[in-house]
This record gives sequence, C-alpha cells and structure tokens, in this order.
Amino acid sequence: MFRAALRSLLGRKLRLLMSTFAIVLGVGFVAGTLIFSDTLSRSFTAIFASSVGDVVVRPEGGPVGEGGPSTVTIPATLTQDLAAVEGAARADGNVEAFGVFVIDADGKPIGGAGPPALAGNWTDAPAGNGLTSLVITEGREPEGPGEVVLDAKTAEKSGYDLGDDVSLVTAFQQAELSPTLVGTADFGDGGSLNGATLAIFETGAAQDLFLGGQDAFNSYWVTAADGVSQEVLRDRVAEVLPEGVEAVTGDEAADESASQLLTAISFITTFLLIFAAISLVVGSFLIVNTFSILVAQRSRELALLRALGASRRQVRRMVLIEATVVGLVGSTLGLGLGVLLFLGIRAAFGQFGLDISGTAMVFEPRTVLAAYAVGVVVTVLAAWVPARRTSRIAPVAALRDDVALPEDTLHRRFLVGLALVAAGAVGIGLALFGSVPRAGYVLGGGTLAVLLGVAAASPVLARPFLAGTSSGYARGFGAVGTLAGQNSRRNPRRTAATASALMIGLTLCVTMAIVGSSAKASVDAAVEENFVGDFVVSNVFGVPFSPSVADRIEEDVAGVDSVTRLRFGPVEVDGEREGLLGTDPASLAETAQIEMVEGSLAELDASSVVIAEDVAEDRGVGVGDRLEVQAIGGDSTFTVAGIFAENPVLSFPLVVTLEAFADAGFQPSDNFLFVDVAAGSDREAARAAMEDIVAGNTLVSVKDQEGLAEEQRGPIDQLLTLIYGLLALALVIAVLGIVNTLALSVIERTREIGLLRAIGLSRRQLRTMIRLESVVIAVLGALLGTGLGLVFGVVLMKDLESEGLEVIAVPWGQLAAFLVVSLLVGVLAAVFPARRAGRLDVLRAIATE
Amino acid sequence: MSNGSGAPAARVEGLTKTYGAGEALVRALDGITLELGDGEFTAVMGPSGSGKSTLMHCCAALETYDSGAVFLGDQDLTGMKDKELTRLRRDQIGFVFQSFNLVPTLTAEENILLPLAIAGRKPDPEWYRSVIDTVELGDRLTHKPSELSGGQQQRVAVARALVSRPRIVFADEPTGNLDSHSGAEVLSLLRRSADEHGQTIVMVTHDPVAAAWTDRVVFLADGRVVDELRSPDREQVLEVMARASARPGEVA
Repeated sequence: MFRAALRSLLGRKLRLLMSTFAIVLGVGFVAGTLIFSDTLSRSFTAIFASSVGDVVVRPEGGPVGEGGPSTVTIPATLTQDLAAVEGAARADGNVEAFGVFVIDADGKPIGGAGPPALAGNWTDAPAGNGLTSLVITEGREPEGPGEVVLDAKTAEKSGYDLGDDVSLVTAFQQAELSPTLVGTADFGDGGSLNGATLAIFETGAAQDLFLGGQDAFNSYWVTAADGVSQEVLRDRVAEVLPEGVEAVTGDEAADESASQLLTAISFITTFLLIFAAISLVVGSFLIVNTFSILVAQRSRELALLRALGASRRQVRRMVLIEATVVGLVGSTLGLGLGVLLFLGIRAAFGQFGLDISGTAMVFEPRTVLAAYAVGVVVTVLAAWVPARRTSRIAPVAALRDDVALPEDTLHRRFLVGLALVAAGAVGIGLALFGSVPRAGYVLGGGTLAVLLGVAAASPVLARPFLAGTSSGYARGFGAVGTLAGQNSRRNPRRTAATASALMIGLTLCVTMAIVGSSAKASVDAAVEENFVGDFVVSNVFGVPFSPSVADRIEEDVAGVDSVTRLRFGPVEVDGEREGLLGTDPASLAETAQIEMVEGSLAELDASSVVIAEDVAEDRGVGVGDRLEVQAIGGDSTFTVAGIFAENPVLSFPLVVTLEAFADAGFQPSDNFLFVDVAAGSDREAARAAMEDIVAGNTLVSVKDQEGLAEEQRGPIDQLLTLIYGLLALALVIAVLGIVNTLALSVIERTREIGLLRAIGLSRRQLRTMIRLESVVIAVLGALLGTGLGLVFGVVLMKDLESEGLEVIAVPWGQLAAFLVVSLLVGVLAAVFPARRAGRLDVLRAIATE
Repeated sequence: MSNGSGAPAARVEGLTKTYGAGEALVRALDGITLELGDGEFTAVMGPSGSGKSTLMHCCAALETYDSGAVFLGDQDLTGMKDKELTRLRRDQIGFVFQSFNLVPTLTAEENILLPLAIAGRKPDPEWYRSVIDTVELGDRLTHKPSELSGGQQQRVAVARALVSRPRIVFADEPTGNLDSHSGAEVLSLLRRSADEHGQTIVMVTHDPVAAAWTDRVVFLADGRVVDELRSPDREQVLEVMARASARPGEVA
C-alpha cells in the first residue's frame, strides 16, 4: 500500500506542490518565529550577563518596568566601605542614564527613537563570574569633560571617526552636547546591545551631566575575590549598606532584567505566531480541497483497488500516507523557509531599532520538532475528511463508466456550520465583554470557530449568490456565461471551500481596516476635543526630552503665556502597574479644563495625589484617603486630594506635582508640553521662535492641533502596513487555492472541454469561461470576507470603546478597493488553468477516460 | 436528394497522415482520395487501425494532416489556424461522438442550442421546431443529461449536431454504447435527417447493421480505400468486411 501511495503522489506532483506550498508557508512562519524568539532571548541573556557585576548594590525598590535608572543615588563615600568588605576584590560605582541619543550627520537619532539610548561612566570593572565587561576596541577611554566613547556599532552606524565631535541630544538639563569621540568600546565576552546605543563619559563628567553634579552613583558593582561566591559576597556586602540600599547577586540581577525585557517584547512572538496560525488555517482549506478533488478524480482507481481486495481501511490509509508524505515534505521546505523568514524578520526589526544581528542564529531542536509536528498534523487532519469519504466507494464502481462519490447532504453541513458560528460568537462575546480566564485564547478560538462555521455553511449561504451570478453571466456573456455559471454551481462545496480560503484572509484585512481607520478617527477626535493651549511640544514615541526645552520657551519666546509640563513614569499600586503623571497643577488648570468629580487640582501638593475616577472606584479610595505607590525611588504614600473625570489630557491615572514626581525617583525629563500663547500676540512668531529652540533637538517638534493628529496617525499607518503585508501571505495562499481548484477541475473536465472545443468553442471563449468561474470564487470569498470582517471589526471596536477608541469608522472606499482587488485576483488566478485548458488537444481530450 | 448528385459536400485529395517516427512509424492515412456527396449518408468502415477515425477527424477539422488536401465545400482546410478551424467546426460541422456528447450541467435543450449559443446566434424557430420534433424527446427537453437514457442522450446529441444546419455531420460510432433498440432509434433519426432535410452525414462504425442504414459504405484498410458499396444491406457489408479483414492476414 505504501508503494502505491508514493506512486500516486509522484504522479500528481504539481497539484500536491501547490497544496504543499500552504504548509511550507505556515511551517515557515512557525519555524522563523521560534528561531527569532530563541535568538532574541539568547542575545538579551548574553548582554545582561555582561552588564552586571558579581554583586550589584542599588537603591531599594529595584527597577520598575522600563522607567530607567532611578535618580535616587548612593553617595560615593560608600566605595571604600564596599571595597573593604571581606572577599571583595574591588568596588566600582556606576552612573546610568537613559535618553542620551546619538545623532548622525543627517540629524537622525541612531536606531530611531525605539531602542534605549543609554549613557554611563567608564570603569574597567569586570562583569559577574569573571566575564569581561566593556573593553576599548579603538582609541582610548574618556579622560575628562568633553570626551566620549561610543559602542562600536553605534560609532560605525553614525559614521563618526575618532576626533570628531559627536552630536548628542539628551533628556537632561543640557539638551544638546557635542563631546569629542576618543574611543569605541565593545563587550569583551560577547553580547550585543541589540540596537541600543551607549555613550560613555569619564565618571566626573557623567556625574555632572546626569546626576546634577553630586558625587554619587546609581549603583555599584562589587567584584568577588577568587573563591568567594556571589551569594556569600552579597550577604557580607549587605551588612555594610545604609538604609534604603540593597545588594543582589549579579546572576539574579541579570535574570531579572532579561526576563523583564523578554516579557515586554513577548508580544512580537505572539504576533508572529498568530500569522503562522492564520496561514495554516487557510492552508488547511487548500489541503482539504486538493485531497477531496484528488480522491474524487481517483475514485475509479480506488474502486479498482477495492475490487482487487484492498480493505476500506487500506484505501483510507493510502490517502493518509500520501498526506503524511506531503506534510513531511512541506515541513522540511518550511524549515528552510523559516530560516529565510528569520533573516527577514531580523532585518525588519533591525529597521525598528531592535538589531540582533550581533548574535548568531539559535536553532533549537524544539524548532525542528514543532515544525514537523505542525506541518504533518495539519496536513493529515485536513486530509482526513476526504480520506474518510473513500471508504464509501463501492468496489463495483470500478466497472462503471462515471463514478460519483456519494456526498453528505448539505443540510447537515449547514447546520453544523451554524452551530459552530453560534458557539464561536458566544466565545467571542465572552472574551470581549465578559470575564473569562485566558481571554486571548477564547477570542482566537471563537474567531476560528466562526470562520470555520461560515466556511462549512458557505455552500448553502452561497446559493443565492451563485444563482445570481449564473443568471447575470448568462445575460452578460451568453453561452460562455451560462457554462461558467453552471460550472460554479456544479460543486458548490468545492466553490465555497475555495472561496472560504480567500474569505479568511479578507475577513482579517477588513477587520484591520476598520480597526485602523477607527483608531485614526478616534485619534483625530481625541486631539480635536482635548487639544489644549495653542501648541504642543512632544515626540510621537513618548520619549522624554530635556527640561531645558521648556525652560527656554518660558524665558525666551515672546508672547508665551504658560508652558505646562507633563512627565510620565511607571509605578505600581498594590503590585499592579499604573502610570504616574507629574505636572504643575496651577498652569495645567489655566490651560485645560479638567473636570473634577471631587476635591480640586489646586490642593495638590508634594505629598498628595489626584486620581482618575475609575482607579478611585477600583481601589475604593476617596478624598482624604492614603494611597501607597511603589516607584523606582522606593515607596511613597500620598493623600488623595481629588478625583478627576476621565479625560485624554491626563492620560495617566495618578497625577502628582513635579516635585513629588522627582521624589519618586524619576529623571526630571519632560514628555509633553502644552504651550499657551497670550491673546493678542503673534502666534506664528511664537511658533517660529519655538522651532528655533528645538531645531537642534531632533527628538521633539512643535505642533498645532492638525500637526499633532497627523503625527499620532503615523504609527497606526505603519502598523497597518506591517499587518497588511503579513495578511498578504494569507491572500497568496488563497489565490493558490483558486489556481489549484481550477486547474484540478480543468483536468477533471478534460472530456467536456474537448467536446466544447469540438463543437466550436474557441480558445478565447474557453479562457473566458474559466476566468468567469474564477471570478465567481474570488468575489464570493471577498463578499463573505467583507461581511464577516465588518461584523468582526464593529464588534472589536465596541470592545475597544472602553479603551478610548470611541469612533467607529468604516473605510468604505477601502472595502470597495478590496472587492476590486479580489476581482483582479480571480482573473489572475485563472491565467494558468485557462492556458492549460486552452492547450488541451481536442481529440485527445475527447478520448480521455 | 438522397443520392450523391451535384457538387460534393466534402472531398479529400491524396490525404496522408503518419504518427510516430522511425521504426514506430504508423501510416494512418496513405494518400486517400474520396468525395462525400451532398445530402448523402455515408458509412466509413474498416478494421481497427485502418485509418477510419483519422480520416473523419481530418475531415472534421479536428486533426491536421501531413499532405494532401481536405475541402469542405470549396474551402481548403489545409494550413488553417486554430481560430479558423474552430469557427469552421462551430458553423459548418456537426458532431456526434460515441459517448460523453453532452455538457452535464446543461439541460437537453441548452445542449442542443449550445453551438448556436457559442456562436451568439438565435435558432431559426421553424427549423428548431422540426429538429425537436424529429428527435422526439417531448417533455424531456428540460432534463439534465444524467436524467436521460443512453439512447435519449444520443438523440439529443444528434439534434445538437443538426440544429446549426451544418454542411456536414460527423458521427463517430454513435451507436457503439447503445443496445440495439436505442441504436435503431438513433440510426433512424440520422436516416430521416438525410431523407427529409438533405443532411450530409458521415458515420464511422464497426457495426454492419448500422452501416446498412446508409446510402454508401466506404471500406478502409491500411489507410486506403479498398472497397465501396452503394445502398448496402447487412449481408453485403458482412461479405466485404470478411474480404477486407482477410487481407491483412494474407500480408502477414
């Protein structure tokens, strides 16, 4: 049986190749994603191992999220105490700063504004476990103010040579710096910054720039003497530490940082795996269809095998063996594609600033296992349905002229489809509007169930459409139209299944189009409603910038009434993440109308907080109650001075004064400025003056309402482009599905085509006929997809209403474009099968069995 | 009208056709010259491999030939492009094959009208009516082929071949798959088409009974015309067949 299965496989190479393609793509995505995430994880593990000492001494509280190092410092006097600890070889103080961007000759920050822009002081302390930390690869170490060392990769990318003045933009008091490049450095024991940039200064210079000139450090590395373990040293160090400072082992600190970062970027893996799942689902439609048609075409051959004594099981197994082989071949090719995709994903993320090219590709055995498991399981499952049908072929069919496979009634299938849709709808509803554990999985499962349900019900759902196109075709295209219309109705199952593959891709495209355009409309609406003052100074990424920008606007720009600063920082309340917003309440109240539910903004002082309505409700706190907040600078307790109603100006729920914000340990950098120009003064002159101030600061810009809205729409468009690009793959698979179905049906109808040609159908008419059939499938898929996408999109937007996306905008023009594209897709998919049909030799076609 | 007076409907001159090359070379047609009279019902007979099907396919614009010429009326088919040949088949030739004559998705009536529909022409109502009457399908016209018997299917095929008033109808073993009763129905239909409408018909057959319905039987062997009968009956046909089939035996 095995040999018979292989033979029949080889006899149908082309058809199987096309169905394999779907598997290859799906498996490729899975493999590529796994390789990427393994490599990513190793690269971060390596870098973090090289950036901790044996024991790390730091202010208590530890880092919360990506807020950067704390402004809470440890006096430099501790150095001697630490070095004197028994078992300590040396102790070195570190200055750590975030938001020091290296600007290249074109005025662009290296790596964009995505990856962290780090700065620090130079030490030659070894990293934990005897690893070499930074070493100078070229030039020398920085020796005084006005000198800087860059990491080698950043130096290379920025094009600065030794001796050049490096242009830096910082989030600190000195917004712009131009020190001389005296050297480049790299991690001696491997580890790449993954696209982050690092600027290193002499210790005193670093303290001046980033710690306001105090002789202190953000943290210490204590290096263990030979034979002393990290744990032992940590315990001894702990004994000499003052209040509010803690010691952790380097291993612990590295794990902590790595796992925090990997959690933060785990969405990348999830995102890619979702697309792998989509292409596998779409691909499995293609496989079901291909095997169904192959089984139908071969029913006579299979009947002959049965007549010769093969059991039902043997025949069924033969089909499944074929599927297994297809799955194996597909998975193998998919693995290869996975490596290519990995390179592509790596390059793509490199563009966004996450550059992991410094780490060799990590190819775990698990990746291979997953690729084969996914490929083979999906193929065999998909082939199982048609394989089951072979057992209904009676041996006597071998003797008959025309064998028709018995089919299930569409009625049952329709009901099963409806049941699936209902179950899926309930799942989606629960996931979006109820509270179920693992809502993401429930949502995905529900969506899949609805898609499969509609696919199952589609032969019945498609009836009116097919009837309509049939009569339309007959009217518009005469005999050729009649033939094409009848052909598409000949096997509604097949037409609908092929269309369903396209439907899935389009459903997702339409959903994304609706979410995207709604998000953009919501941004516009939010900006319009809440734009306060005359101008804002900010950047789209929310990267903090130097407070000197606001200082200079206040001092130097004529006609400016007030500048309101907003500063953002991540904190925790009862272990849950919240956002802290620092601002000057007086100037905020002047600029924006903040509606208070209780209390008042004016009462805000350094020891109090104003909180959002929903946080007050969730936590059951009211005015006068105390609220404990964990920030990077440690825990602080605030008195609730007021509760404000939801509004987009205060985008974080805990609002404190700038003083309290600094006390919480955050760097004094601004994230957002509202600028109010006094009535009667020259707006445009003020604007020009502000633009002058930020001219050298490529991170921020001055915008009015329209400019801000436009800037905020930018990232949405970028994300949509990325998603459309990935969904295009699902569409490609669907198009291949149409090609496959048509090509197979041409083969199936060889005699009929021969007959039509014999009685006078021209090649051109034949091609038109097949093109029309293809267009029916494509348009059916597009209509189902658009309909379903509309429903999904609107439901999703209903859910997102609570997240501030309040406008539901349906991009009708775009939907119309999708329909036109699918029409073209239909025409395109028909090219190959139509050519093939046209080339059939009339006589031989008629003589075909 | 039923005898071959006047200009021929089709004629072939020195037609040769070979398949394969070298040792495997098969000479399917070896310089055949033949006239097919207007309004005549001709049977082409001969053993397997005698070239009768090839001859018909060449005449019917389905197959190209190596040398010689085929004239349909006064049109020379030699060197015509696929487009012209297709048009010729559509407008001037009718076909009845042994099996699988009908498009399964179309009703009997739609099948009959298909060649006209492909050409984008309307049927002449009077002619259409008379064809339908001759075929005697009655209320089965709206049925799909799968709902018709083999004999009925072949009669629909004949009606389709007739409906565009072709210059010539080619029938390739039209009764080969039918029982004798259904076969007789189809043959009688062809006979009446020739008698009543002066339709030129060429039929390839193995069956002496079928041949006996025709005006003229042409016998082929080894790609050549070896014998001919006019107004044949079954016994005469059998006799010639016996002679023809004896011949290759002698050569061997």
